[in-house]
Amino acid sequence: MTASLLDGAAAAIAADVNAGRTSAAAVLAASLERVAATHAGAESLNAVLHPASPGAEAGSAASGALAGVPVAIKDNFATLSLPTGCGSKILEGWVSPYEATAIRKLREAGAVVMGKTNMDEFAMGSSTENSAYGPSKNPLDRSRAPGGSSGGSAVAVAAGMAPIALGSETGGSVRQPAAFCGIVGVKPTYGRVSRFGLVAFASSLDCVAPFGRTVDDAALAMEVISGHDPHDATSSTSDVPVMRVGAASLEGLVIGVPKEYFPSSLDPAVKALCDRALDRLRAAGATVREVSLPHTALAIPVYYIIAPAECSANLARFDGVRYGPRMDADGVQAMYAATRAKGFGPEVTRRILLGTYVLSAGYYDAYYRKAQEVRALIARDFTEVFASGVHALFTPTTPTPAFKLGAISDPYEMYLSDIFTVTANLAGIPGMSLPIGRVDGLPVGGQILASHFDEPTMFRVAYALEAALGAEAHR
Amino acid sequence: MSAGTNGAWEMVVGLEVHVQLKTATKAFCGCSTSFGDAPNANTCPVCLALPGALPVLNERAVELAARAALALGCTLHERSIFARKNYFYPDLPKGYQISQADRPLATGGQVILADGTRLGITRIHMEEDAGKSVHDRFAGMTAIDLNRSGVPLIEIVGEPEIRSSAQAGAYLRALREILLYCEVSDVSMEEGSLRVDANVSARPAGETAFRHRTEIKNLNSFSNVERALELEFARHVATYEAGGTIAQQTMLFDAAKQEVRPARSKEGSHDYRYFPEPDLPPLVLTDLWLVAQRATLPELPAARRARLVGTLGVPAHDAEVLTAARDVADYFEAVAAAAGDGKASANWVMGEVLAALNASGGAIGGFPVGATRLGSLIALVKGGAVSSTAAKAIFQTMLTDGAEPKAIADRDGLLQVGDDGALEAWIAEVWAEHPDEAARFAAGEKKLQGVLVGLVMKKSKGRADPKKVNQLLGARSAS
Amino acid sequence: MAVTPEDVRHVAQLARLGIAEAELATYVGQLNGILGHMEVLQGVPSAGAAAAADAAREGMTRRPDELGHAVPLERRREDFAPAMRDGFFLVPRLATHEDPGEGA
Repeated sequence: MTASLLDGAAAAIAADVNAGRTSAAAVLAASLERVAATHAGAESLNAVLHPASPGAEAGSAASGALAGVPVAIKDNFATLSLPTGCGSKILEGWVSPYEATAIRKLREAGAVVMGKTNMDEFAMGSSTENSAYGPSKNPLDRSRAPGGSSGGSAVAVAAGMAPIALGSETGGSVRQPAAFCGIVGVKPTYGRVSRFGLVAFASSLDCVAPFGRTVDDAALAMEVISGHDPHDATSSTSDVPVMRVGAASLEGLVIGVPKEYFPSSLDPAVKALCDRALDRLRAAGATVREVSLPHTALAIPVYYIIAPAECSANLARFDGVRYGPRMDADGVQAMYAATRAKGFGPEVTRRILLGTYVLSAGYYDAYYRKAQEVRALIARDFTEVFASGVHALFTPTTPTPAFKLGAISDPYEMYLSDIFTVTANLAGIPGMSLPIGRVDGLPVGGQILASHFDEPTMFRVAYALEAALGAEAHR
Repeated sequence: MSAGTNGAWEMVVGLEVHVQLKTATKAFCGCSTSFGDAPNANTCPVCLALPGALPVLNERAVELAARAALALGCTLHERSIFARKNYFYPDLPKGYQISQADRPLATGGQVILADGTRLGITRIHMEEDAGKSVHDRFAGMTAIDLNRSGVPLIEIVGEPEIRSSAQAGAYLRALREILLYCEVSDVSMEEGSLRVDANVSARPAGETAFRHRTEIKNLNSFSNVERALELEFARHVATYEAGGTIAQQTMLFDAAKQEVRPARSKEGSHDYRYFPEPDLPPLVLTDLWLVAQRATLPELPAARRARLVGTLGVPAHDAEVLTAARDVADYFEAVAAAAGDGKASANWVMGEVLAALNASGGAIGGFPVGATRLGSLIALVKGGAVSSTAAKAIFQTMLTDGAEPKAIADRDGLLQVGDDGALEAWIAEVWAEHPDEAARFAAGEKKLQGVLVGLVMKKSKGRADPKKVNQLLGARSAS
Repeated sequence: MAVTPEDVRHVAQLARLGIAEAELATYVGQLNGILGHMEVLQGVPSAGAAAAADAAREGMTRRPDELGHAVPLERRREDFAPAMRDGFFLVPRLATHEDPGEGA
C-alpha cells in the first residue's frame, strides 16, 4: 500500500494530498521506508546521506502544486532542517542558518524535503566517487556509477524514494546521471532558477536543476522553482512560462542534429538509440536537419579552465574562521593550510590548484582570457544555429552508458564524460536528458537543447518524444 | 624651504583615497552600515560568506559613486565590471574582495585647488570594505568583527601630479569638501570613512621619468599625510644623494613616533588573481539614469563661492568660510535672501551663528534661529529699527525664544530711539554725571566724543540711535 | 608552459592548501596532463569574441538600500563558529606587523 503511494507521478501525489485521499506524513513515511530498504548493508545505494525525520512535513504548506510530494535534495543546497555538507569533510556537520530560494519555493508549493543526497565533493566529478562519504551506486547495476555529480539525487528518483529531486549542474551534473539512471534531468537556462543558497562551484555555470521520473514531473518541478529572486543578481526577471505543455504534434518544428555530437567513435548502440528517437520525432511531425556547432570539441578544455578558476575563488571561504571544522595550528596561515588540506579531497584540491594556476600572474591571458574568448565562440555557435530556423537540438546525453565504479582513474578521461553536456552550461542555454532506450540493460539518455529561455520548446519536444517512445524508452 | 622642493629635487605624489559611501545598508547585502554596534551584530549569510550566499548590489551605492564621479568631472562608463581580488585574510570572509579592475565605474576627472591648479584623477571604482581585526583584545588571538565587511567604498586614484606635501593637503581638503557637498560620504578619517594611501617618489628637477615610488599606509589625518610625505621624500633624497637606490615597497606611518618605516611584507609579491566577478553581471548605467543622477548634483563649492562673490557681494574670504560646508552655505543663502543684504548676512552667519554653534556643539540643521528669523533681524538693523548692539541682545534671546525679532525688541524695549527729546534727556543725565568730561568736550577736546556716545548708549540701554547721538553731541562741542 | 614543482608550491601557497612534498609530483604530473589538453585553444582565432558577448549581456539587477533586504540568520553565530568570544570570531594571533591595509 505505502509503496504505491510513491509509484504515481508527482502531480498525482499532490492531487491525492490536496484532496485528502492521503497525507503528506503517509507519503513521507513511504519514502523513508524506501530509503531504509535501499540503504542497508553492503548493497546500500548510499544515495541519501541525511534522511528527514518522519515529522519533517510539518513546515511545508498544506496544499499546493507539490503538496506532500517528497523531494530529494542534493547536499549542496542550504537547508534549515538537515545538514548541508557538499560531500565534503570541510563542511562536516554544517547546518545552514538560512535556506536556499529553490528549497523555499518547493516548501511553499507543499513539497517535503525527504533527505539530502550524496554527491561528488563540491559537485566536482561525474560519478559521485569523489564524495567524502563514499560513492553512490547505480540502482540498475550496483557495480556501476550512477553518474554525477548529482548522483545521489538521481538514484533517489530512479530507485523510487522520491518522484522529484533537486540536483545542480555545472557541466552536466544532472543530465549525465539522469541518463545513467534512466530518468529525466533538466538544466534550465542560466538565470531561470535562483542560485541563492546553492553552494557555489563555478558561479557562471552553476544551475539549480531538477530530476523527475517523467518529463511531466520534471516540468512541474521547473515551474515551481523558476522565477526572479532579488537575492541572486544573475537571476532573470523574465516571466516564467508554462512548461507543462504536454505531448502534442511537432508539426512545424525543426530539430537540428549537430554532427559534432555524433563522432565516428560514438558507441554504435548509443547511436542506434538516437536514430530511433529521431525517427519517432519525425513521426511526431518534426523536421530533422543536420547542423554544425564547429567549436564543440573545444568545450572541455574551456570548461576545465573556467570552472576551476571560479572554484578556486568560490572555495576560498572555507577557511575555518567562521564555520566548519578547524584544524588547530600554530598561527593563522598554518591553520588555513591545515584546515583546507584536511577538509578538501584530491579532486577538489586538484581543481583549486589548477584554477589558481590559470588565474595567476603570467598565465591569465594564455588560459583564463583565452578560455573566455572561446567560450563566447561556443555560445555563438548555438546562437547562429537557433537563428537559422532550428528550434531545438537533439544529441546523445553521454558517449556511453553508466561505467563501472572505479573504472576511470585519469582525471581528464573522467572530464570527457561531460563532453556532450558541458556546451549548454558554457552557452547558458537550457538542456535536458530523457531516457531513449537501453543497451545491455543500461539506460541511455537523449539530450534536447533549446535557445535561451525557451524551455517551452524543449519540453514540447521532450513530451512528444516520451509519448512516442512509450515503454521503448526503458527497453 | 618649502616642502616639495629640496634643492634640486622634486617630490612626486599620487594619492589613493578610499571613501565610504553614505548608505543605510552594505554594498552587497541588506545589513546595516551603522558604526559602533556590537561585534558581528550587522552580519548575514552574505557578508559572513556562508556557503551559497550571493551578492546583490545596492542601488544607492551606485548612485553615490556616480555622483562623486560626476562632481569630480570623471567620465562615467555605461558598462563597468566587478572583479574578484583574491587574497586570504581572516577579516576577508569570502577570500576575495569584490572590487573593479580593468573596467572601472569612471575614469578621468580632476580636483581643482583654490589657486586654480588642476590635479588629475585617474579612475574611480567601487568596492567593498573588509572587516576589522583586533589584535590586542585577547591573549594570543586575533578577534574578527565583520560589521564593516561589505560596507560600500569608492577608491579615487589620483594621477601622480602632486608636487608638494602642502599640495597633497590642499587636494585632500578640496576632495573632502566636494564629497561632503554631494552628500556622498561623511568623509571622517576618525570613523574610517575616508582613508588615504600615498605613493611618493623623488626625482631631480627637470627629470621627466618617474623613479621608484614607495606607498605609505596608515595615514590617519591630513596633517599626517603631509608630515609622512615630507619624511619619506627626505629619505628618498638622502638615499639618492648618498648614492643609494629606493626599492618599491610599502611603508607605514607611525603617528606616535612621527616616523615612516617599512611594513613587514610577506615574502614574494601579491598575486591577487583578479577575474570578473561571475555573481554580478555588468553594471549598466543608461543615459536616462545618468541624467537623473546629474540632476541630483548640487552646485559645487567652487561655483558657489564664485556666485556668492559675484552676485551677493560677499568678500572672497567670507565666501570661502561660508561654503566650507553645504548646510552652512544653504543657511547663509536663505538668511541673505530674507535680509536682502549679502554682506551683513555673511557677517552675522560667520560671527554670531558659527560662534553659537561652536558653543553648543550642534549642527546647523537643528539651529534654533532659523534663516528667515535671522534675516528679519538683519533687516531690522538695516532699516534702523534696532541698533547692532541691541540686535546682538535680541539674537541671544532668539536662541531660546521662538518669537519674531521685532516682537522681542518691542517686548524687551530694544527698539532704537531717534526722538530728539528722549536723546537730549539721556545726554543731559550724562552731562550731569560726568561734568569734567562734558566740560573738556565742550572746550573742544573732540576725542572724548566716543566716550560720551558710549555713556549715552549705556544710559539708553543700547536703544539710542548712535548716529543721532553723534549729531546732537557735535552741536555741544566748540568747533 | 610546463608546470614545475615550484609552480605547484607557489599556487598551493596562494590557495592556502597544505600539500605534502610527497604529493607534489602527483599534482605536477596531473596538472601538466590536464593543461596539455588546453593547448588546443591557443590556435583558435577568437579575438574580440568575449568583448562582443559582454557588450550584449544584460546589466545586473540592483536592490534598494533597505535594511529589510537582509536574510536573517536562524541560528546563532556562536552555534556554528569554531571559536567565538564576546561576539568576535577568534583566530590564532596574526603576526603583529602583518600588512594591515592589504587589499583595502
